[in-house]
Amino acid sequence: MRGVLLGTLGPEKPTLAGAVRALEVDGPVALITAGWQEYEGQVEELPEKLGRDIVPLDLYRRTERVFAEDAELRAEHRALQETLRTGQEYYRLRLARSLDAALDIARFARGSPLEADEARLSMSYMRAMDRDHLDRVQGLRRDFDERMQPLRRPAVARQRAEIARLLQGTRILAIAGGHVAVLLNRLRLFGISDLVEDKVLVAWGGGAMVTAERVLLFHEDPPQGEGISELLEPGLGFHTGILPLPGPRHRLKLQDRERVGWLARRHAPFKCIALDNGAHVSFDGPRWFADSEGSHWLREDGSVSEEWVS
Amino acid sequence: MTAELAIDALKRARPDGRAVDAFMHGRSFPIVEGPKVTFVYRGGAEAVYLKSWVYGLPNSQPLHCLPGTELWYLTLDVPPGSRIEYKFEVLQHGHSRWMEDPLNPHRASDPFGANSVAHGHGYELPEWAQPDPEALQGKLIEWNIESKAFGERRDLAIYLPARFRPTRRYPLLFVHDGRDYLRFASLKTVLDNLVHRLEIPGLVVALCNSPNRILEYADHERHARFVTEECIPDLESRLPLVGKPRGRCLMGASFGGVASLSTAFRYPGFYGRLLLQSGSFAFSDIGNQNKRGPAFEPVIAFMNRFRASSELVSERAFISCGMHESLIYENRSLIPMLQASGMELRYVEARDGHNWENWRDRLREGLSWLFPGPLLMVYE
Repeated sequence: MRGVLLGTLGPEKPTLAGAVRALEVDGPVALITAGWQEYEGQVEELPEKLGRDIVPLDLYRRTERVFAEDAELRAEHRALQETLRTGQEYYRLRLARSLDAALDIARFARGSPLEADEARLSMSYMRAMDRDHLDRVQGLRRDFDERMQPLRRPAVARQRAEIARLLQGTRILAIAGGHVAVLLNRLRLFGISDLVEDKVLVAWGGGAMVTAERVLLFHEDPPQGEGISELLEPGLGFHTGILPLPGPRHRLKLQDRERVGWLARRHAPFKCIALDNGAHVSFDGPRWFADSEGSHWLREDGSVSEEWVS
Repeated sequence: MTAELAIDALKRARPDGRAVDAFMHGRSFPIVEGPKVTFVYRGGAEAVYLKSWVYGLPNSQPLHCLPGTELWYLTLDVPPGSRIEYKFEVLQHGHSRWMEDPLNPHRASDPFGANSVAHGHGYELPEWAQPDPEALQGKLIEWNIESKAFGERRDLAIYLPARFRPTRRYPLLFVHDGRDYLRFASLKTVLDNLVHRLEIPGLVVALCNSPNRILEYADHERHARFVTEECIPDLESRLPLVGKPRGRCLMGASFGGVASLSTAFRYPGFYGRLLLQSGSFAFSDIGNQNKRGPAFEPVIAFMNRFRASSELVSERAFISCGMHESLIYENRSLIPMLQASGMELRYVEARDGHNWENWRDRLREGLSWLFPGPLLMVYE
């Protein structure tokens, strides 16, 4: 696949249209705004921002319709969400306690022969927690799919056929941000990954995040707590090698080398790439290109670099 | 070795008027040098006093006159991050006059006027309390209720968050002294910013005012009935609100804190959230003795009753108080009691006083604790 990712959209309209134009692909854009939830249909500004006609796929609205028709699926889907939410809370709690321990140990061990080994162990435990969390989510989703066979259920299949028909008239798929769990749920429910074929991707904000191989949630300056990042679940894997971190202005402390290095090492070999408001990067298979200023590579040594493209 | 304070260097130079001019030129006042703050007044006077309201310090402290000049000064230890509100009292020709510091542009306003503000080393006006051009604006609408409790119409203002939609269910924050929170604590700006940053969810906020707050906020049965049996049902029937305890919060500062706590106490379990700032929670351990004046009599009677009860009045509360306030003792005393009742509690102290900017500066922590926003999940 090839495509372009953007940070959060700013008021500057030329950014998105320019990024789409640079793809050199004609025709209307299939548009997913399910992350906006009940605001999904408020897309009046997007044709101008994209510089193209749009074909809204209405995944949020379609999901509501599916759930209205298929009560069993709705109940089971809600139960799955509740389990995922609870698991996320437990994982978050475990991360927070482990980080406390890691910070204490780092302080106690400073200057001792154990310092480096303790740092390695702390990181290794965090990575193991991340891995276990992803495995569990994957397992829960697999069980759900095997048991409920959502794509074979008439209510889903009907909507999916319509989506497939709409996609046939487009060569570009645009995915807006918003609530990433809601967005990812809708993308999975209709099996969008298997419908995109050779589409070119344009994704921004949370849309850029869910199309990565894993979805990294982050906010290093929250009003409560330490601001430790966490994984949500595996993403759609439309692009490889990077974890997009849109909107770093309020969310990341890029001047804090310790935090930057910790985040980068924890998620290696993925490159953590912060995308400023309006910044865009493009990819063609595994190769990446920085199309504008404002993309920052968070490096394992704690530095931040603009030089990261492959 | 500690660097010499600017005022000490000046003293050592035995200055004349010109040297004082040079000293004053281009300098910010009061002079903040690490943990030392030097207050300066320049003018003819028989005496000059610093009037401040820092619990544990004298309310009035004399400034010293630099011999041969009209420069008055006083250096105090002020811990980092502090805010101190003050005035000067200047004695001239036998007459005393209170004034704001003419050399200091920082002012804090309240319903009674304004004070000068000294910022200790490291204090910064929170970024989230300043207008952010990227933040979408919520709107204020007028609302009125024919109150049977008070036998008259009462006016409220209602804040609706940006992108308000009737299809959503919003938590309700009911704010005492709402007009003052808007005017002196930048409440609307704070709400717009915190919602925009996803640190709190969109909230509907009811802003009430009382024509006689000293009476009505001091554990007044009619006020509690007005809020709980008139305002909340009216709002919940006409606006898309959560309508459950976890979606109802009472908030107030000073006597507004008493109004919030006493209303929740009269309707235990109805309000799931409380935000109490510098509550005037005066109590007595022996009898209902009162050193704070008649306005506090009903407060003390209420607090003594409240302290004797172990009832859980609300699920969760955020309480803040300034360390410079005399009320710090009462607020600290309240914490273990509330904890023992099973309430989930967050208590915060600040190096600040009984004023609106203190209350403004604690809003982010309080609101986001009571109503966490979706900031980890939403990326526009």
